[in-house]
Amino acid sequence: MESKLLAAKSEPLWNTNNKVISIICGLVILLFSLPLFGLNSFYLHLFIMIFMHAVMAQSWNVIAGFSGQISLGHGAFFGIGAYATSFFYMQYGITPWISIFFGMFISAVFAVLIGIPMLRLSGHYFAIATLLIGISFQVVFQRWDLVGAASGLWVTMTPEDSWLALQFHSSKAPYYYIFLIFFIITFFVVWLLSRSKLGYRLRAVRDDPQAALSLCINVSNYKIIAYVISAMIMAPMGSLFAQYILIIDPDRVFNIEISIIVLLITVLGGIGNVWGPIIGASILIPISEYSRIYLGGTGGAVDLILYGLILMIICIFRPNGLISFIPKHILERKKQK
Amino acid sequence: MNILSVENLSRSFGGIKANDNISFDVDQGSILGIIGPNGAGKSTLFDLITGYTKADSGKVKFFEKKIFGLSPDKISNLGVGRTFQKLKPFADQTLLENVMIGAFVNEKNIKKARDKALEIIDFVDLIEKRHHFAKELSTGQRKRLEMARAMAIEPKLLLMDEVTGGVDQKTIPGLVELIKKLKKTGVTIITIEHNINIIMEISDNVLALDQGKSVAFGSPKEIQKNKQVIDSYLGTFDAA
Repeated sequence: MESKLLAAKSEPLWNTNNKVISIICGLVILLFSLPLFGLNSFYLHLFIMIFMHAVMAQSWNVIAGFSGQISLGHGAFFGIGAYATSFFYMQYGITPWISIFFGMFISAVFAVLIGIPMLRLSGHYFAIATLLIGISFQVVFQRWDLVGAASGLWVTMTPEDSWLALQFHSSKAPYYYIFLIFFIITFFVVWLLSRSKLGYRLRAVRDDPQAALSLCINVSNYKIIAYVISAMIMAPMGSLFAQYILIIDPDRVFNIEISIIVLLITVLGGIGNVWGPIIGASILIPISEYSRIYLGGTGGAVDLILYGLILMIICIFRPNGLISFIPKHILERKKQK
Repeated sequence: MNILSVENLSRSFGGIKANDNISFDVDQGSILGIIGPNGAGKSTLFDLITGYTKADSGKVKFFEKKIFGLSPDKISNLGVGRTFQKLKPFADQTLLENVMIGAFVNEKNIKKARDKALEIIDFVDLIEKRHHFAKELSTGQRKRLEMARAMAIEPKLLLMDEVTGGVDQKTIPGLVELIKKLKKTGVTIITIEHNINIIMEISDNVLALDQGKSVAFGSPKEIQKNKQVIDSYLGTFDAA
């Protein structure tokens, strides 16, 4: 028995698969080199949207996948991030590189303020409450003159490309790299989180709050921590998106569709798994963008019908998401008999 | 020395008194067995002690410190571990991950928490199942998982709710041995049991409840001879 214990202790902490690590490194190098191969503007935009939505879904994955709280109003933090950079740049000339952190901070404050009362609710009640919170942000900003009310903010354009102002008019490539770097950093941060003491405790809260309490875990506090982290991941995407399109309004950045799409992406890819949002975004975003190209405007809502169909198929046949297609021996340590 | 003192603890649900003026002390390092028919208020008593249910009145002291009114996480943080009658494993996590969550209470380093969890899993004889998901384990193994997880917080007092309930006959002796082994580590145990033979075998003291009231408290021998216990619970068991 002693030898079995020693053998167990000598096992590596994580099931590191060299092949998987090599594939990841190869993909990262490929992603960094893609613009060098003359990727046209549409494909750069497509990848930017995939990176952005993967990060947004990763944000939702933290609160829903790790701590088990289904938020339907997460678009609020995206909007806060978008307005923070645009407003501070236009009013005070503060570079978006700094105001990104303002957006994160404001989102974190709102996450605490919303989280303290709301996270006492559970299940559907929390979901409905967050849905209403998300909508209320949109309504408030539609009527708030300081931030342009319904017409929103038109970010003052620089005459030339500017890293300081985070504006690039001649090529989308700089945006591509900025979103890519945020995408990699977020993945790495959430990967670390999932393997940390905090990650273990959040999963305990998700799986059984009553049992978690018996293990000295303050369930309410941990839910709020997850909500704050999640909001702080979401906000920079709003900030970068505002700098990318340079015009924001409440209907665009506080739209309920944002909250729904991040949910769909995560569920499609695999909720509670760091790879899930990446897989989900890599499939849903191209469908969305191509349907807009071929059907015009908003895609004739065909993309939404496709989302719905895909989601139904996934929920029926692969409730753990597309990640469950990956052979288990790659994801798990081999079990002993 | 008393590790736990319960004084006049009462709790009603609607008009039903689940616990009515219950008082008892638990000696450090001992095993207290709690017996009683279904609905006697045994699990409610556990919930009151561990803060899962708020008492209407009474006092609970742990090492002379009042823990009455504290939240369950604060009570567990003081060193009171528990298992549940209706098992609550983290089903989608492995046995090792389940126990590591407990081990993280006193270990910040992930490697040390993992090693400590492995030692406890080895203690409950499940080392070969460490990478199995909790949902894949048998009921008996899940009982051991809950004990291991509770032990991982290094409790001074461990409350175990029907450890041998719902498991097959072959599994029971192993679980009983595990409780005895656990006692040797110095931890104080309060255990709810329906199997009267087990409770008499392992307990230093026995508390008998009936309809929310404490009907007897004493050594197993005293309890077996107590007329009220015989009438309400034991029937003609061994008392003749």
